[in-house]
Amino acid sequence: MAEYVKSTLTGREWEVVIGLEIHAQLATQSKIFSASSTAYGAPPNSQANLVDLGYPGVLPVLNAEAVRMAIRFGLAVGANIAPRSVFARKNYFYPDLPKGYQISQYELPVVQHGRMPILLEDGSTKVIGITRAHLEEDAGKSMHEGLGAFSGIDLNRAGTPLLEIVSEPDMRSAKEAVAYLKKIHTLVRYLEICDGNMQEGSFRCDANVSVRPVGQEKFGTRAELKNINSFRFVEKAIQYEIGRQIELIESGGTVVQETRLYDSARDETRSMRSKEEANDYRYFPDPDLLPLAITESDVATVRATLPELPDEKAARFCSDHGLSAYDAGVLTSSRELAAYYEAVVAAAGGEPKLCANWVMGEIAGLLNRDGLDITASKVGATALAGLLARITDATVSNKLAKEVLLAMWDEGRTADEVIEAKGLKQITDTGAIEAIIRQVIDANPEQVAGYRAGKDKLFGFFVGQAMKATGGKANPGQLNDILKRLLAG
Amino acid sequence: MSLHTLSVAELAAGLRRKQFSATELAQHFIARCEAHNGLLNGYITFTPERALADAAAADARLASGNAGPLTGIPLAQKDIFCTDGIRTTCGSRMLENFVSPYDATVVERLAAAGTVLLGKTNMDEFAMGSSNETSYYGLVRNPWDTARVPGGSSGGSAAVVAARLAPVATGTDTGGSIRQPAALTGISGIKPTYGRVSRYGMIAFASSLDQAGIMAPSAEDCALFLEAIAGFDPRDSTSVDVPVPAYSAELGQSVKGLRIGVVREFMEGGLDPANAALVRDALQVYASLGAEIVDVSCPNMGMSVPTYYVVAPAECSSNLSRFDGVRFGHRCADPKDLMDLYKRSRGEGFGAEVKRRIMTGTYVLSAGYYDAYYLKAQQVRQLISREFAAAFTQADVLVGPTSPTPAFKLGDKVDDPITMYLNDIYTIGANLAGLPAMSIPCGLLEGLPLGLQLIGPHFAESRLLSAAHAYQQATDWHRRLPAAYA
Amino acid sequence: MSLSRRDVEHIAHLARLSLGEEEISAAQGSLSSILAFVDQLNAVDATGIAPMAHPLADQVQRLRPDEVTETDQHARYQANAAKVEAGLYLVPKVIE
Repeated sequence: MAEYVKSTLTGREWEVVIGLEIHAQLATQSKIFSASSTAYGAPPNSQANLVDLGYPGVLPVLNAEAVRMAIRFGLAVGANIAPRSVFARKNYFYPDLPKGYQISQYELPVVQHGRMPILLEDGSTKVIGITRAHLEEDAGKSMHEGLGAFSGIDLNRAGTPLLEIVSEPDMRSAKEAVAYLKKIHTLVRYLEICDGNMQEGSFRCDANVSVRPVGQEKFGTRAELKNINSFRFVEKAIQYEIGRQIELIESGGTVVQETRLYDSARDETRSMRSKEEANDYRYFPDPDLLPLAITESDVATVRATLPELPDEKAARFCSDHGLSAYDAGVLTSSRELAAYYEAVVAAAGGEPKLCANWVMGEIAGLLNRDGLDITASKVGATALAGLLARITDATVSNKLAKEVLLAMWDEGRTADEVIEAKGLKQITDTGAIEAIIRQVIDANPEQVAGYRAGKDKLFGFFVGQAMKATGGKANPGQLNDILKRLLAG
Repeated sequence: MSLHTLSVAELAAGLRRKQFSATELAQHFIARCEAHNGLLNGYITFTPERALADAAAADARLASGNAGPLTGIPLAQKDIFCTDGIRTTCGSRMLENFVSPYDATVVERLAAAGTVLLGKTNMDEFAMGSSNETSYYGLVRNPWDTARVPGGSSGGSAAVVAARLAPVATGTDTGGSIRQPAALTGISGIKPTYGRVSRYGMIAFASSLDQAGIMAPSAEDCALFLEAIAGFDPRDSTSVDVPVPAYSAELGQSVKGLRIGVVREFMEGGLDPANAALVRDALQVYASLGAEIVDVSCPNMGMSVPTYYVVAPAECSSNLSRFDGVRFGHRCADPKDLMDLYKRSRGEGFGAEVKRRIMTGTYVLSAGYYDAYYLKAQQVRQLISREFAAAFTQADVLVGPTSPTPAFKLGDKVDDPITMYLNDIYTIGANLAGLPAMSIPCGLLEGLPLGLQLIGPHFAESRLLSAAHAYQQATDWHRRLPAAYA
Repeated sequence: MSLSRRDVEHIAHLARLSLGEEEISAAQGSLSSILAFVDQLNAVDATGIAPMAHPLADQVQRLRPDEVTETDQHARYQANAAKVEAGLYLVPKVIE
């Protein structure tokens, strides 16, 4: 279902076209072409060796693990793994680019023609094409503060392996772009090829955005948005840019092809003229690196080590566990969350829907409240399963169980310990419940008369009174049954 | 004793028999350098102290009995090889104060073999030139006639070996930079197969063409030294993991039945008849030794120079981008902004020929011209390479002249780049196809040496060296010394 | 192929080379003649011929195991740099 943007100024309808270029830093120990560490946060230039510095005479030697990681990604998005791919030099001068060229892949990338389905808000699925993913080296960093008239260059990051994942211009809204970005983010972490840390820049995104009048076939001129380092900013930057372009065109202007920087503080994009000027990258095959050959057996070896992928897992949760596509999507959004959920189901010996509700509801809420990750959950999978067992065997009600969980979370005790200590055990003794109900009936003759005269709504009043009298511990089912019988007279 | 007239094998034998020590040998060459380098200017950096220290270490090794075949042999390194702690200039102002923090693989291997480093030799700036006149450190004179060029780019190495200021020197060859100066100074020089010798630590000019090799009086000397530097290096992705034969032990191979192909295109069109006559004399020698002379043709050979002058500048324009005044190399004074830093550091640091090649390369790679120039050149390169392969089905070794003329006068060609480029008309083909090739002295023309070029299929260094050695057993051109340096 | 003065200035800018007045006019002449010289290649019919980027056609990229073997040597490596401070290489301020 197409989603258009209606101009508030003219009422014209515009179609938005978005393609993303994602840079995922590969989680190798050493750099793509040198044996320096890729660890984040080291003192300036302490992890920049002769190759990273582009010293005269040094040569690049490709990291096998970076290649394996690219293959992992390619297989996970159903792409072709090129049997022969070529490294090329992208030539430009910039202080964070020591050699004056970046080693990248141009005409023959390692991963070609993949696809990534995303779930739309209406519950339908849309497939986003992945044009290519290629290996390249990251650049260093420039510091502009506290050095007077100078900028300082730290080349620790230079040479860190990147997988640049380029989508087709298949997205039609900022929301779709975010959904796609999140899917890729989840996938690279599942595959353990990228830590996905957006603050540290291990997972970065540039967005190519254009608009065209609905019905027009030709794409509009696109702007490339850079520097968007969170999911929220991706959405906001694209939204801003869509508005800017429509407004510009409708007021008689034209969009120019350019790079624009997203300023999150001002929530706007602005032209980066410094990078614009005469981009002529003079790509050519890097003569220092021979063609990269990947055999079918190399691919098979990597395929054998692939984990269950998020979409496969989600499909299994739907078919085997009876979960909704939405729930399955949430639970598979990270490998750790899915593992937790599956551990709860295993320990509980079934009841997947109950498990899912508790993981996505109460547990997620507490994690969120305490700013914790699922791996740091204060209630482990087995402990949660212990609580859920007390719900299924009617020891505690659903409502009381939430109270039990809070105590488990804060005190680190098991469900049974909390139930015992607090005396929260549900009353299931029919005689006891009947005795309490009789007291309630005796104390409220008017309501009894009213109910018996046909005021059915008063039933709720009696349930409330009886529950109150048991301190909420009466088994709700039993209480209902007995109450109905006794009220009937 | 005239130590400088002995071959490497004779020097090694003398050291082992204690006829002289490595220190005495080093002192002999240091004295020759001190006497003659002022005029010849073969060294950019002369390292007598290092030589004496190396010699002392070599003497200790010789005494302890764990010396190798090259222990104690003095050597000059082309100043394109990075040497830890010793300035490496690449003939450029850009690297006037550059002290490499590491050794090139070639340097490391020769040091491990126990050789004695006499110094770093002069060269055309960044190896771009055929006359050694583009060096920032002054021109080099040809020992045979000091008014003439020694050839280039390994002109310093050629001159110091020709004048026996060193018994052997390293060189690099991108389009003929070992073979042409060897020819012009009457010595032997081998450019091995691309990938045979590690390029790690050799400052890149054109990465798909550059190859290190050896320059020495004889093929036998070359064989001994090539053994030491050849072989796989994990630090160079283009280094090939093929075992290194014992070149010196295989030198005795007979040329009987060897099919020697005369490349028709080398002998036709513009080759000076006197030069052609020397090549034919050499073929006579081979025929008399039992070799079979066959005629072969590589129709596109004439396109090798224009092909090279697209490919090499393209690669160099990118390779030399790292010299930006930030991490090493010349930095201009008081840059007003980043652009100024780049442009002036590079504008001041590079000489005219280097700038010319960078600009040529930038142009042929730029948007709109890539297909017409760069891609086309790579296609023609393929054609030339296939023609060589076809020729090697008919012949085991190809021969021809190394250079069109003997050494020309200093200053004669500096103002005309195309004429200068055509000096490499016979040598460039082997670089484009990555083939091993040698030049050996094959006669004198009006008192100036000329070279015979031998080209082999990939990894046929042993065949080339044997063929060259057989010729040198039958002739004495390689023993001739310029009178002033005998 | 003849290059204009503007062409030369553009190439020199792409290559980040400052050229003096004389150098520009000299380059105009020499680059034009070099390009005219290499234009000979147009005479060769290379239709369908695979471009050759590398002399060893049958060789493929060798890979390195993912191991960190380098240690911090920045002081040594920075000895060749003209301007450093606090471990950083300094350049005139980069304005974004």
